[in-house]
Amino acid sequence: MPEKLLNTKLATKEYRTLSQIKGPLVFVERVADVAYDEMVQIIDPDGNPRVGRVLEIDGDMAIIQMFLGTEGLDISRTGVRFSGDVVRLKVSPSMLGRILNGMGEPIDGGPDIVPEKLEDINGSPINPAVRNEPKEFIQTGVSTIDGLNSLARGQKLPIFSGSGLPGNELAAQIASQARVLSDEKKGDEPFAVVFAAIGITHRESSFFIEHFRSSGALDRTVVFLNHADDPTIERIMTPRAALTTAEYLAYTHDLHVLVILTDMTNYCEALRELSVAREELPGRRGYPGYMYSDLASLYERAGRIKGKKGSVTQLILLSMPDDDITHPIPDLTGYITEGQIVLGRGLHQKGVFPPVDVLPSLSRLMKEAIGKGHTREDHQSVADQIYSFYAEGRELEKLVAIIGEASLTEQDQRILNFSKRFEQEFINQGTENRSIEQTLALAWELLSMFPKEYLKRIPEDMIEKYYKG
Amino acid sequence: MQPGRKFILKVKVMEAVSKECGIINRISGPVVGVSGLEEVRLHDMVWVGDAKLVGEVIRMSGTQATIQVYEETSGLKIGEPIWGTGHPLIAHLGPGLMGQIFDGLQRPLNKLAEVEGNFLQRGVSENSLSQDKKWQFTPLVKEGDHVQAGNILGEVPETQSIMHRILVPPNLTGRIVEVKAGDLTIAEPIVIIEDDQRKINTINMEQIWPVRTPRPYKRRLDLAEPLVTGKRVIDMFFPIPKGGSAIIPGGFGTGKTVIQQSLARWSDVDVVVYVGCGERGNEMAEVLMELPELEDRVKGIPLINRTVLIANTSNMPVAAREASIYLGITIAEYYRDMGYDVLMLADSTSRWGEALREVSGRLEEIPGEEGYPAYLSSRLAEFYERAGHVDCLGNGEDKPYAGHREGSVSLVGAVSPPGGDFSDPITQSSMRITGVFWALDYELSRKRHFPAINWIKSFSLVDLSRWFGDNIEEDFPKLVQEAKSILGRENELLQVVQLIGQEALSDMEREILNISKLLREDFLQQSSIQDIDAFSSLEKSYWMLKVILEYHKKTQEALAAGIELNAITNLPVLQRIARMKEIDVEKAVPELKRLIGKIDDDLTSLISNWETENA
Repeated sequence: MPEKLLNTKLATKEYRTLSQIKGPLVFVERVADVAYDEMVQIIDPDGNPRVGRVLEIDGDMAIIQMFLGTEGLDISRTGVRFSGDVVRLKVSPSMLGRILNGMGEPIDGGPDIVPEKLEDINGSPINPAVRNEPKEFIQTGVSTIDGLNSLARGQKLPIFSGSGLPGNELAAQIASQARVLSDEKKGDEPFAVVFAAIGITHRESSFFIEHFRSSGALDRTVVFLNHADDPTIERIMTPRAALTTAEYLAYTHDLHVLVILTDMTNYCEALRELSVAREELPGRRGYPGYMYSDLASLYERAGRIKGKKGSVTQLILLSMPDDDITHPIPDLTGYITEGQIVLGRGLHQKGVFPPVDVLPSLSRLMKEAIGKGHTREDHQSVADQIYSFYAEGRELEKLVAIIGEASLTEQDQRILNFSKRFEQEFINQGTENRSIEQTLALAWELLSMFPKEYLKRIPEDMIEKYYKG
Repeated sequence: MQPGRKFILKVKVMEAVSKECGIINRISGPVVGVSGLEEVRLHDMVWVGDAKLVGEVIRMSGTQATIQVYEETSGLKIGEPIWGTGHPLIAHLGPGLMGQIFDGLQRPLNKLAEVEGNFLQRGVSENSLSQDKKWQFTPLVKEGDHVQAGNILGEVPETQSIMHRILVPPNLTGRIVEVKAGDLTIAEPIVIIEDDQRKINTINMEQIWPVRTPRPYKRRLDLAEPLVTGKRVIDMFFPIPKGGSAIIPGGFGTGKTVIQQSLARWSDVDVVVYVGCGERGNEMAEVLMELPELEDRVKGIPLINRTVLIANTSNMPVAAREASIYLGITIAEYYRDMGYDVLMLADSTSRWGEALREVSGRLEEIPGEEGYPAYLSSRLAEFYERAGHVDCLGNGEDKPYAGHREGSVSLVGAVSPPGGDFSDPITQSSMRITGVFWALDYELSRKRHFPAINWIKSFSLVDLSRWFGDNIEEDFPKLVQEAKSILGRENELLQVVQLIGQEALSDMEREILNISKLLREDFLQQSSIQDIDAFSSLEKSYWMLKVILEYHKKTQEALAAGIELNAITNLPVLQRIARMKEIDVEKAVPELKRLIGKIDDDLTSLISNWETENA
């Protein structure tokens, strides 16, 4: 029952003036005193309540979006009650360790959640003036991320995956290995994971839950599950419920929260379905024109606030349809998030795990989170140098495919060898958990294939210090 | 130019008198329908509903009107009233702007954080500028002076770097009746002027201006001087003049924001207005944390003293994105009128265009290309044309308050085309209007070649070669042209290499590839992170280029003499060219000149040795 977790302060007045039911939308006429965006309860002909929200009001007609579908509703016997308030989620630290559905109701057979507070699921924008710059390095144990695309606390970093690529496996690995370097000094800082499954299969969700269980993190995790066979429109709610919970845990209970949203492609499709039902003008590939703003209203809920101990870090998974990075979903996501980790099919086919294609990958907050005092002084220049060589190596690979290796210069040959070893040793780490020192040591081992004078991106004093001659 | 006169006087009367003038009858996201409308004009600002949300009238039909609401409309109900303010959307101008961070409606975000906490609430109205703070006002006029619009009434030291000049409001002419001096708030009268109609005008330090109306000036001046950004590829290859406009289009991750931030930091202007329009909150936080720490390169004063920030992040209300752009340009023009060179950075104009599209869609207008409204390009043109180098109003007389003043507003807009495809309507429309185009390239950014400005696709239509020739070195324009043609030649040669391999090239041709690699890696690439390289003066940039081309010339000579290319590239001097960036800006010119000497010596001796051996 949705009302178990959602606010149920309902007006006694029940309208029975439905005029139209269309897809996930219900049109009600002759209503008064209705507020935009307020929560609505619809009572189906059998007397069961369902939750919706007001999408538009025109004179005395209101358009209501139903989260759990409109099957079984009718025009004459269906009742409508307005709550007078926006949709709110019951939040409490006792949600940790629980499994909830996409609307936030327990589905693990346990007791109801006793709320500490009712929070607006849409949240409010953080005042940019109170944001704290994310600059604490998170060690994920994955070399391609730690070494080349470092993650910082309060960052939002998506993984652009594709059908058949191990995006979920990488996300799960990060979730269980992630830790802040200074932890040794401060002792373990309290953390939590909020996991939102959006339209994923039962197989995928049980993979994650099993992973959390085996790594012992399940007690510190809130799981929201909307499976592929659950109502589509509920997916609009799932990430919002998850982020509302995360914000509450972070800013009220001082936890460092890692939010995993998977798979945002399913969310965007639900958004498109809703937009089509409203007969809105479609934008690119039929997705609504406001998808950028809508996604931003989710992704921007990551961050740190001055004077608050907790933080919200987002790890977002999405599948690029047809591996197309210019598709509106990865495209708009990339414009909002602070970088992206892109998985490559070519690497996956070579058996490389995790198959992170580092060239299109990026972390925008890296430069603040690394270097002296964070990781190591040479970190940035090592990363730059690796990028430069590897990019050249990939070009050369293409060239060699056409004209053969015979015409390569000595340096070209070195670069080509470097590229191969880089993929096989640096990227292809399997499930090993590497410290940042191990990652940088490996990087220097590879860079030392080159004579010193070729390391143009690295200052001379650091070459002297770290070069393995 | 005569906008604004009636307006200024009218606002004074109307501001206090907001009256109920309509009833809400439709709500769809940020668009609200109103009936029973009275005494409201198109583009007037209104208060919407009991929460008093800020809105603007965007369409009228009989007594029906459509209002664009600049705040989240959740909870708004049918039947709630609308109040008219009697004036359009305005900016509050006066001392206290510098170092502030505002939202798109000019609400002071620091102040809001104190009042309402960490999350933004709706409808809370705080004064844009502090009403209590005392400013030290030193008048330049005295009783009996006859002043006209734009004359300087007096000066206020606003920050360490900005002397704020209080001007006679546009289109007011008259005689000074009374003058005050000393520590005053912006609300207190400083000067009383009796205008030509014998009407008394009380002037205080806070003035208002409608954001959609360009501020007047005397006349436009030529764009003849470059805005030095410290980025080699910009300053040398595609310079922007002071008073010019440029766009930086690029897909995500190509470095738009980094370039904008480094322009904010290093450009040789007096004032920077940075508008974060629909972008990331964490990036604004980064700018906010850095600016007080970073110092002006010349004066050594923290940059926050010359910067105004406007933040309307992507999760803040959509409609206010549009307002934020206009607010920014109005503040920029205000400082221009004081005689300053102002740089306005807008990141990103695409988000503004998308806001137009969203509102247009809700108004059910017939969409143009890609769903954008048909008026997209005219809006963009109006905006970019507010850039310029001008002769300020009220100058040119031999009086202390009317001395010569020129000011400029330079505009740099980031564009975020979908999928990085420059054929999108915003990129195309902006490109036609602005004279400078810095095309960011996905391939370059993948190789971590930053700034990822593509040297083939970018252009600067403004010819500044005369200025460079006069002020730096005579052969400056020629040198740049030579470098560009080498890079163009590289492009052709690479196509050959792709087909048949490097072996097919002659030594002369392979030398071109080597030189263009030097140009790309040791000249065009520039770090924004490493301090030593982040700013390159025009002199340093010029001499770096000179070094590479000098090396090119001598290598060609050696090749012509019959020496093999490998023998030349093995010379250790090449490694020194690769380290040019690490030379301190102050010492760069003599050091680079010495390097040229070294190149000359090494190659000349190589040639003569070879000649003696083969004689």
